[in-house]
Amino acid sequence: MKEAPKKYMNPYLAGFFLGFVLLTTIYVTGRGLGASGAIKSFVVQSVESIAPEHAATTDYYITQKQNNPDGPLKSWLVFEVIGVIIGAFLSAVVSNRVTVKIEKGPGVKNTVRIAAAVFGGALFGFGSQLARGCTSGAALSGMAVMSFGGIVTMMSIFGMAYGLAWFFRKLWINKVN
Amino acid sequence: MGPLVPDIISNEFNFIIAIIVGMGFGFALEQAGFGSTRKLVGLFYGYDFTVLKVFFTAGVTAMVGITLLNHLGLLNVDIIFINPTFLWAAIIGGVIMGGGFIIGGFCPGTSVVAAASGKIDGWAFVFGAGIGILGFIEGYPLIKDLMVADNLGDLLVFEMMGISREAFALIMIFVATGAFVGVTIIENKVNNKATQWLRNDISKYSIGVGIAVVLVLITISTPTRNELMNERIDAKIASGECQPRLMEGDKLAFELIHQYYQYNVIDIRSAEEFKKFHIPTAINIPLEELHKQENLGIITQNIKTNVFYGASFEQSQRACLVAKYHGKADNFALTNTAEEFNSNFFVATKAEPQNKLENEVYLFRKDAARKLKEIGEAVANLDKPVAKKAKRVQGGCS
Repeated sequence: MKEAPKKYMNPYLAGFFLGFVLLTTIYVTGRGLGASGAIKSFVVQSVESIAPEHAATTDYYITQKQNNPDGPLKSWLVFEVIGVIIGAFLSAVVSNRVTVKIEKGPGVKNTVRIAAAVFGGALFGFGSQLARGCTSGAALSGMAVMSFGGIVTMMSIFGMAYGLAWFFRKLWINKVN
Repeated sequence: MGPLVPDIISNEFNFIIAIIVGMGFGFALEQAGFGSTRKLVGLFYGYDFTVLKVFFTAGVTAMVGITLLNHLGLLNVDIIFINPTFLWAAIIGGVIMGGGFIIGGFCPGTSVVAAASGKIDGWAFVFGAGIGILGFIEGYPLIKDLMVADNLGDLLVFEMMGISREAFALIMIFVATGAFVGVTIIENKVNNKATQWLRNDISKYSIGVGIAVVLVLITISTPTRNELMNERIDAKIASGECQPRLMEGDKLAFELIHQYYQYNVIDIRSAEEFKKFHIPTAINIPLEELHKQENLGIITQNIKTNVFYGASFEQSQRACLVAKYHGKADNFALTNTAEEFNSNFFVATKAEPQNKLENEVYLFRKDAARKLKEIGEAVANLDKPVAKKAKRVQGGCS
């Protein structure tokens, strides 16, 4: 018998917990949290495995190799994201939230949702490299250390998302305003 | 003290730390509901402001924590990673990410969380992010110029506003609290719910905000360890007690000639002055850097005797007291200034001495100068401490 999913944690409590994790990370390692960097490491590793000749002749991969002589996967963020997967899975298990499903706005087709997720992901991935970090690495960690660039990136992300919200309302809400 | 990597925790063990804090990160995000795309996007349609509440609380918590640890001297904020500011890349990258957020319904971190809890759309977003990054890498030569345009360096937002770190933390606490109240009202309106302010909740949240404010106020009103140290040393100098032990230039020269390895001669002037002239075998640690973590190991060692000298006697006296403040060591302050030492020993412009005593001093100094030079040259490459400078941590997401 399957139990109903538990309620989410109080957002302020979850935020405090998250802030504490971030603070611990900065205290111990001197750097903040991140996510997109790990995905980049996987991309670089994939290209190096699939198309080694291309990687050997393109400047970007050569620089990456110089910075990470032990291979792109031996990077702090890759290990951190492995931890994120474990932690998120454990959290979902204890709260009965592990379900294989596609979550989407009301009345949206699965194919549309998946296509939008891939496209949105691509934009986010591209933008994160340009801004040197995503919501975790630039916005959240940047805000914690009071970096001007991090806060600018944060405002750009949320500002643009608000600006476009009306145009993409059919993806998320059914109401016609 | 902090950051603990790489001096206390090795770089290799840091990977284990990464997994542990990653687990905390993932757990917190999932518990907050960030594995659910509808909950995330609710922020932009007003029906669910969880993202803002969690994000702001986390940011302010870490911010206050860093301010406090910095104040207590437990965390060196000069070497933690500060996201560098490349203005145009930050803005344009952020704008593109904003588009990705509203279309894809995740950000990279939350998509990983969603994927881990079984959401197929989470996997799709991660896959898409990979494609986007690949596109960036392949197109890098075209974007390179934009990427490095308007580099403002490790710019801190409070420096830019011309206020202190503590004041900015305080402002952020109030901004966040105001935003929480505001979004709660909006959220209830959108969901057609009446906004109720329960007494219980109000007192609960007031305590949370109050603690944060009090912590910041404490950092504003109490002196830092460094200030405290200087205050106590000032008081000791003023009261005339606790004079450091003194050493004459001639005595030092004698000691250096016979057993230079017993002495740790420390020049506390600036690097430029040190370069112009310094006593042979001396190392250079400017007075204002003496109390820093990376230098304490040198001045509190108990094998050699420390001899401090500077541009004035007050300076060397103070350095001696700083060393004494931090712990055991055999400390002396040189009574002669660097200038005096130089003219006594190395600039031999004096006329032939008249009486016997002066002549002996003259001959000793002349001889000492030659020997000191020899020793200085001989140990120049042997005896220098390894230049240890706390380096800024490399971090970030890219």
